[in-house]
Amino acid sequence: MSDSENNSAFNYAATVNCMDQRPAQQRQIEGQSPLQHADLATLAKAQLGQTGSIQLTELKLLGHIILRGNLDNPGFSAGVKLTLGLALPGTLQMVSDADISIRWVSPDEWLVVVPGERSYEIEQALVNNLQGHCAVVNVSGGQTILRLEGEDVQKLLQKSVPLDVHPLSFPIGKVVTTVFAKTQAVISRTGDQQWELVIRRSFSDYVWLWLQDCSAEFKLVITE
Amino acid sequence: MFYIYCPHCEEHREEEEFHAAGEAHIPRPLDPESCSDKEWGEYMFFRTNPRGIHHELWVHAVGCRKFFNMTRNTQSYEILEVYKIGEKPSITSAAAKLQAQSKVQEGV
Repeated sequence: MSDSENNSAFNYAATVNCMDQRPAQQRQIEGQSPLQHADLATLAKAQLGQTGSIQLTELKLLGHIILRGNLDNPGFSAGVKLTLGLALPGTLQMVSDADISIRWVSPDEWLVVVPGERSYEIEQALVNNLQGHCAVVNVSGGQTILRLEGEDVQKLLQKSVPLDVHPLSFPIGKVVTTVFAKTQAVISRTGDQQWELVIRRSFSDYVWLWLQDCSAEFKLVITE
Repeated sequence: MFYIYCPHCEEHREEEEFHAAGEAHIPRPLDPESCSDKEWGEYMFFRTNPRGIHHELWVHAVGCRKFFNMTRNTQSYEILEVYKIGEKPSITSAAAKLQAQSKVQEGV
């Protein structure tokens, strides 16, 4: 470990450029999710009031921030707690409050999901509050989140991932990065029958087609 | 299929999530400029390829994306242990030989 890593005098904010990805003068241009072409809003309207054994909602245009740093560095872990009000979760854990969630990705990497319009403000606050050897990267444009809810979601996942999704080995609050069909996803269980998939932008269409195909034997309903 | 324990995720996962990255414990020469062609060639291209206990480097490519080491028996495909980068293996072919010898002496 280098000296700069745990040296609280090392000023991270002075070494990075933090840029607003959606500056004020461009806010009137509506953002587009990677699933824009699927027009989930129209599908949701057409299926309004219906209930299915799998309900799909896209949590679109959220702010995704990747945090990298060492837990042994107090300037990093305390800075995150101070900025987000949440402590960094341990191995394979996810924590969340009203509108911020943190997912464990690897021993020195976390994914913070925040409301889209607050992503620049929170990114800036993190950059200013973190000390020592660490990194804050806004990856909002690179991924999107799908929420799956219903009694048959577990069966759908059993067809899609190579790990055990039974509540005994995949309890609420657990998050794993794994193979999903022929791509990969950060999968977390947020409720007894509720799951969230963080998927890559470039694979979102593939995942959308896969989910439709895979839930043909169940009843898939799109909600907003 | 292997069912591999990732020392960083602290649980077993399917082989599908991993990639083998060759033999472990191959140090890069400290001063490559002063290496002979033979020494450099051996560092770059020549591997031990043993029959029996072998130390390998693996990466949890689709999971935490961290590298770790694995001791595996290339005959039986049995995974004997996994350990993090920087740690020493507790099971080696030399240790296994010693154990076998002592068993013979004890008449087991």
